[in-house]
Amino acid sequence: MTGSHQTLTLLLFGAVIAVTLAITTWASRRRRGSPEEFYAGGRLFSPMENGFAIAGDYMSAASFLGISGLIALYGYDGMLYAVGFLVAWLVVLLLVAELVRNCGRFTLADVVTARLRERPVRIASGISCVTVCVLYLVAQMVGAGSLVALLLGGTSGAARSWTVIGVGALMVVYVSCGGMRATTWIQIVKAVLLLGGALTLTVLVLMRFGGDIAALLSGAAEHSGHGRDFLAPGLRYGGGWTHRLDFVSLGLALVLGTAGLPHILSRFYTVPTARAARRSVVWSIVLIGAFYLMTIVLGFGAAALLGSGTVRGSDPAGNTAVPLLSLELGGGAGSTGGPVLFALMAAVAFATILAVVAGITLASSASVAHDLYASLSRRGKGGKGRRRGEVGVARIAAAGVGVVAIGLGLLAQHLNVAFLVGLAFAVAAAANLPVLLYALFWRRFNTRGAIWSVYGGLVPAVALVVFSPVVSGAPGALFPGFDFAVFPLENPGLVAIPLGFLCGWLGTVTSREAPDAAGHAVTEVRSLTGAGAV
Amino acid sequence: MRTDDPWYDALASGWGDHDAPPPAAEPAVAVAVPRPRPFAEPCPQRGESDPSGEALPGAGDRGSAAESGEAPGGPCPGAHDARTEVYLAVQRSEPFQRVRRRYRRFVLPVSAAFLTWYLAYVVAATAAPGLMARPVAGVFNVAMAAGLAQFASTFLLTWAYVRHARLRRDELALELRWETQDLARTRAAAVAPGGSAASARPGYLREAREGV
Repeated sequence: MTGSHQTLTLLLFGAVIAVTLAITTWASRRRRGSPEEFYAGGRLFSPMENGFAIAGDYMSAASFLGISGLIALYGYDGMLYAVGFLVAWLVVLLLVAELVRNCGRFTLADVVTARLRERPVRIASGISCVTVCVLYLVAQMVGAGSLVALLLGGTSGAARSWTVIGVGALMVVYVSCGGMRATTWIQIVKAVLLLGGALTLTVLVLMRFGGDIAALLSGAAEHSGHGRDFLAPGLRYGGGWTHRLDFVSLGLALVLGTAGLPHILSRFYTVPTARAARRSVVWSIVLIGAFYLMTIVLGFGAAALLGSGTVRGSDPAGNTAVPLLSLELGGGAGSTGGPVLFALMAAVAFATILAVVAGITLASSASVAHDLYASLSRRGKGGKGRRRGEVGVARIAAAGVGVVAIGLGLLAQHLNVAFLVGLAFAVAAAANLPVLLYALFWRRFNTRGAIWSVYGGLVPAVALVVFSPVVSGAPGALFPGFDFAVFPLENPGLVAIPLGFLCGWLGTVTSREAPDAAGHAVTEVRSLTGAGAV
Repeated sequence: MRTDDPWYDALASGWGDHDAPPPAAEPAVAVAVPRPRPFAEPCPQRGESDPSGEALPGAGDRGSAAESGEAPGGPCPGAHDARTEVYLAVQRSEPFQRVRRRYRRFVLPVSAAFLTWYLAYVVAATAAPGLMARPVAGVFNVAMAAGLAQFASTFLLTWAYVRHARLRRDELALELRWETQDLARTRAAAVAPGGSAASARPGYLREAREGV
């Protein structure tokens, strides 16, 4: 890392911040302060815009840098992630997107409480959504801290801490000032930047190999130090049976969790109709699929052009594979092109982090204000005054979530929190997806089933992680000095997801509450036709 | 329930197609809704014609549109019963059953298939790395082929689902949407005369269908 590097990178970071703040300012003009505007951007986005925004919400820095880094280090095993992240979108498209758009208003709880007793279900669902958001946010914040420190060439604690604080402050400003409109446009801009950056690098990598994929793969195998094994699974998830089961568990959480992520669900409300929601998901599948294909090429390209050893030497987790690759593709460290390309990719990664945290913050503030606060506060039901108050509460909630995320991010900044993303997906799949599918598809589903389903997924998922090797017992755990790891897997999905579905079923059949045929009719007709949809 | 309505035979004509002959004016979903007892005081309704999206006074913070099932004995029992009756009748009607059947018959098998295919892929990658490492052509092995096939099948199923929805469901669902909302509005108006949005617009269906 040279001085010119850092100056240019910092300048581009400043440009990213300036552009996003300009978008926020522009979006908050002509603000009316209605919930529709704050939570759903007035429901006025086109399918293409929303598709780009969904892609921007979903493609985190962990995908861009993390997956390609894993491929650069472990070869084929990194690809497994990309496949899981993409296939998950079929669940969203086929079972969730249109029905949620037709039945809901702002949050996941709206869909479920359309036919069930309001308060307890809303509170349960709100708790699980906030849990998912906070887990995901802390992972993003800590990742941002170490990433920026890496990209700026120093690993000093101060740079990390200030990054966490800065990112947290920025996301609160975006959300509380700009609401969904600003967040969406930031995500669209970020998606364009990220796809453009990935495409540029992919083209450059393929040009190096004359467009010959086979040459790229054999080059990667050659320089990885593993030979042909590099192109087959097993380098990372081989080993013992717990490792292998662990990956199956993670794969299950990835493929089922996406449909339960609050910030993804809230994106379907920003378009006018269910058909528009469907078309935006199609856009996002095309964009996300293309992106992950490019990520795979970049991962193998980094292994072929740099060698796995170089990547590991820069960062043991492989997160710097893409920045190093861009330096190499631009002509090396001594050239002019290399540092410029490196700085551009660093800025793209930074924009990626900002857009993702803004989306999650908005979703969690909606859950706090629209689900938890509205259910727990007993004053002022109905009427315009309270509804305008709700947006005020949501703005404050965004700041509160920001403070919590900054605090936890600072506390956890030197810990290995990579497992948090997998845990967020597992909780989303175990606590949010069962209740959502039951509410949409099951005639007999009732209030007790919903409450059991949420808590029966949420509590085991979190508890199993507490008693897993990521928290204690293992050398890389949060508390390596203690050992209360009684559950062998690092990801609880394999156990918690079936438990969530099972508890929902058990709660429903043991409850004496009569099934509400009318409520089911309303939900079913609305979900499939859009009658009475907002 | 009437199922012999000519409107449903003309599904192939695009909705909003100005050259299409105007469809039958009477609702295809013939619902026999028992007249609920009139409610004593006028009761404001909000249909989709009322953009304010106001919750009914005293209804609490309903997190759903006006049609969400209020507890009986809520603020507006007459209208509520009428609306719910409409939804129950629509749910029982043949056109709606057809939409639901078409949706579920496509979505459930396909979901089961791609989830099984994905799990088989993950289990094979973790449990049978030897099988996955077998070369297919040059440097390409079974694992690479399976991974790329996952991408391909995702794109293919996306296309198939969208096509199925567009050709087999969209038009019927939209039709049902207008009729349900229209019925709900007129029934509620019949129960609560003098309600704010309780004016059924004659010709509303025809206007909507002709894209006016």
